[in-house]
Amino acid sequence: MSDETRITAYRDGPLVVRGPFRLEDQDGGEIDPGREVVALCRCGRSRIRPFCDGSHKLVRFSAPSTREDRRIAARPAD
Amino acid sequence: MPVLPVSRGPLSAALLAALSGPAPGLDDAEALRDVAVPSPADPFADEDLQLALYCAYELHYRGLDGVDAAWEWSPALLALRGRMEAVFEAGLRALVPDVGPAPSAEDVDLAIREIAAEDAPGLSQYLQRSATIDQYREVLVQRSAYQLKEADPHSWAMPRLYGAPKAALVEIQADEYGGGRPERMHARLFADTMEALGLDSDYGAYLDRIPARALSTVNLMSFFGLHRRWRGAIIGHLALFESTSSIPNGRYAAGLRRLGRDDEAAVAFFDEHVEADAVHENLATVDMAGGLIRQDPSLAGDVLFGARCLAELEGAWTGEVLAAFEAGRSSLLHPLERTPVAA
Repeated sequence: MSDETRITAYRDGPLVVRGPFRLEDQDGGEIDPGREVVALCRCGRSRIRPFCDGSHKLVRFSAPSTREDRRIAARPAD
Repeated sequence: MPVLPVSRGPLSAALLAALSGPAPGLDDAEALRDVAVPSPADPFADEDLQLALYCAYELHYRGLDGVDAAWEWSPALLALRGRMEAVFEAGLRALVPDVGPAPSAEDVDLAIREIAAEDAPGLSQYLQRSATIDQYREVLVQRSAYQLKEADPHSWAMPRLYGAPKAALVEIQADEYGGGRPERMHARLFADTMEALGLDSDYGAYLDRIPARALSTVNLMSFFGLHRRWRGAIIGHLALFESTSSIPNGRYAAGLRRLGRDDEAAVAFFDEHVEADAVHENLATVDMAGGLIRQDPSLAGDVLFGARCLAELEGAWTGEVLAAFEAGRSSLLHPLERTPVAA
């Protein structure tokens, strides 16, 4: 494996991080993931944030794997 | 190494009697020819058949105490195992006659998720809300048939794969085996949980108490894992297994905490699976199963077949355990001694 870090957005699921990384809280304290490859919560409903616990399935979280664009088109002026 | 279990009918009696003696020579494929293999209506509930098959497969894992190691590749034993497997496979095909349209590499995660969504939460919810500590101990005993060799049946698939799906499988398995730390190996964490609940964590210690339906779920993995032709099915099995793990394991841990067992030894196995399998699910469905189908689209049906067979056998097992608990019965062939109530 190269020393490149890869973050993969899985459809309707978490962000999976592979490769070297350091996970921190906002004060710079390390959050130890305890494993090489981690899944970061993307639905906001995990009980072990920032890690994924599968809750996205219970809440039917939906998000594409690719970049999404839900910006509302500007309304034409009245 | 497990000691030879007690037989449960004429088939297992004949097999176990044979295993107690020396293996026949490599030129003797006929030694067990006269051993009859039954064709019951539900082979997965047949104690005799499932125990005999479990013992035949165990020769490829850690073996059985006092059994001549040469039995593993005895043509006579492989011939008998093949006849048992024919019944097993016919039973699977009856349960899962049609998997529907084969998914593409890009859609297999959705197809697996659809099967996972049908997973009845019955047993995990019961454990979370109502189970006693003795019922937890029974579930651990039942699960020990697999969990003390957790991940091993899927490792058979490794040399049969190449490229991306192999890399994904190895990534999952490395985590299952503790990422280089034996004390974090999932089978070890399970043994710790057994011990924390006052159970014997020796490999195979409870085989005589474990009913056919629990053994059938392990035989399913061994059957798919040991046959290269079923490599698609063992991959589909693992993909669904990883997809139906995080949430139930969270419930198992919550139930133990409800019972006052928040100690690391008791809950670490379940907590670890919540987090680990939330990672594995994605690797298993998208990278591993999707990767395999991308290389060989003809395996897509087998991937779904493996997943569906898991759902069927697992559902039948949890249904049987739950029915016993709800009726106030033991789910084991022979009940455990009750845990002494702490003063």
